[in-house]
Amino acid sequence: MGDGVIGRYLVRRILLMVPVVFLVTVMVFLMLHLIPGDPARVALGEEATPQAVAALRAQMGLNLPLPAQYLHWVGQVLQGNFGRSLLDGTSVLKDLLQALPVTFELTVLALLTALLLGVPVGIIAARLRGTLADWVATTLALIALSIPAFWLGILFILYFAVRLHLFPSEGYAPITKGLGANLDLMILPAVSLGLRSAAVIARMLRGSLLEVLGADFVRTARAKGVSERRALWRHALRNALLPVVTVGALEFAGLLGGVVITEEIFGIPGMGQLLVNAIFQRDFPTVQGEVLFIALIVLIVNLLTDLSYSLLDPRIQVAGD
Amino acid sequence: MSAQPADEGFGQGGPAGSRSLLALAGRRFLRNGLGMTGAVIVLILILLAVLGPSLAPYNPLTQNYHLITKPPMPGHPLGTDDLGRDELSRMLYGARLSFGVSVLSVGLAAIVGMPIGMLSGYYRGWVDDIFVMRITDALLAFPGLILALAIAAFLGASFTHETIAIGIGFVPGFIRLARGQVLSEREREYVASAQSVGSGTRRILLRHILPNTMTPMLIQATLAMSGALLADAGLSYLGLGVPPPTPSWGTMINTGMGYLMQAPWLVYWPGLAITVAVLGWNLLGDGIRDALDVRLRQ
Repeated sequence: MGDGVIGRYLVRRILLMVPVVFLVTVMVFLMLHLIPGDPARVALGEEATPQAVAALRAQMGLNLPLPAQYLHWVGQVLQGNFGRSLLDGTSVLKDLLQALPVTFELTVLALLTALLLGVPVGIIAARLRGTLADWVATTLALIALSIPAFWLGILFILYFAVRLHLFPSEGYAPITKGLGANLDLMILPAVSLGLRSAAVIARMLRGSLLEVLGADFVRTARAKGVSERRALWRHALRNALLPVVTVGALEFAGLLGGVVITEEIFGIPGMGQLLVNAIFQRDFPTVQGEVLFIALIVLIVNLLTDLSYSLLDPRIQVAGD
Repeated sequence: MSAQPADEGFGQGGPAGSRSLLALAGRRFLRNGLGMTGAVIVLILILLAVLGPSLAPYNPLTQNYHLITKPPMPGHPLGTDDLGRDELSRMLYGARLSFGVSVLSVGLAAIVGMPIGMLSGYYRGWVDDIFVMRITDALLAFPGLILALAIAAFLGASFTHETIAIGIGFVPGFIRLARGQVLSEREREYVASAQSVGSGTRRILLRHILPNTMTPMLIQATLAMSGALLADAGLSYLGLGVPPPTPSWGTMINTGMGYLMQAPWLVYWPGLAITVAVLGWNLLGDGIRDALDVRLRQ
């Protein structure tokens, strides 16, 4: 596969993103107009003076016709201006960039948990198909899939923090204060958040391994005298791990959603907490800015996943579908 | 599993074929212990949603200041909450609410998504490509809970708004599935033969293609139910679901968080109920899928 093909694919894939990004901005823009009544009035509360409401309407550009409002807003966003918080006038983007590393760390740790638990469990379940170990793994995965992550977080606090005193129950320490202090506070939230994704990955991997282990090329390898272990590790796993990349990326988007409540439970000052606070303080520009920001992150992650997938699996025709 | 002829159950979409496929799948489902467990849990959930309020020993809103955060005891088998309300009664009323929100939001998503997906897949062309596919792509860029949070936040907390907020997140899934099904079904012979005898588009879509796409839709809807229950739990935990004092499982966990040390059962019961309910739908969905999945029989 030449570089030219990849290059063309990249261009095509990015061009396809343009209308999607446009629609995402339209959707986020229109969200403000879901508010029953005047957003400025709702933001300021019933007691606000008409002058204050009028001033805020002007500041939010609400007096313009809808398409002009959109163009104004999206023009600002394109210049990297996600608006200003209605509470303290700080730049929404600045708040977001401040919260991003915290959420990013939590999400990555959760994804790491998911991979470290999900991949071995999936392999074991497939290798020992039909045995008690498979049954236990499958059942545990089903339960992990069904527990609300935030409730699991609360149970973790009750057991590991309150009863066993193994970890602090809530709070946050930046990595600059030392990795130990940071991880101490991050482990419970990350594991409670990542367990569900671990279950998804384990189930997926078990299924795809069983499928690949039954495929002709693995049967051929066995027939040529390759040991069962080698058939699994060298032949089956390489192919079965490919879908895990996709699932991992999909889970990343899901984790960005789940992180909201997990941060709330553990008192972590990330993007989730920022969003929840903004919602309850009716700070609409911050809510809009953050929702847009998250959607853009998801789109970029999806793009990178598609690219890595086409690099990992030469069978995938990148030039056209 | 015993060996079966490879083509058994492959109806060509005709009535006889699909009936035998369904019968076969039904038999296989009945033999599936986990799937049956899921069916039983879901059945109990439905019964509780319908009968729950009449089974509740107390009014879920009646406060009793002599019984504040009491542990489980005779008369109050699940204990009482911070206002002395009976936890069991609140759980039973909460069952109706959670069930209602999740069924209605998934139903809404299916009713909106299926026709769009079917028409889009049938006619294809630029409307399909530009509008439907790009719009679903755009909707899928929002993590489900973030979309629901934002919509619920802008609309304001209420039963209807929560249902809409959760439902929108499931629409792209139904659009894509219906579209994909129609894209493959419309190439099949029974559609060509229906066209050749002069059946109109509406008749072909509703009478011929729709019945053949119902099974994947059913699986999708079942699995979406578990997602909707989790979303409802999250939204109401954050206070964006049905506002208090109406008992909802998520709101009850939130209340319990304030009394984590004195009355941890206030957090245990509703969380356990959500978990079991979600597990039930997951097991049922897996069971139906396994019963219908042809590959598993090999």
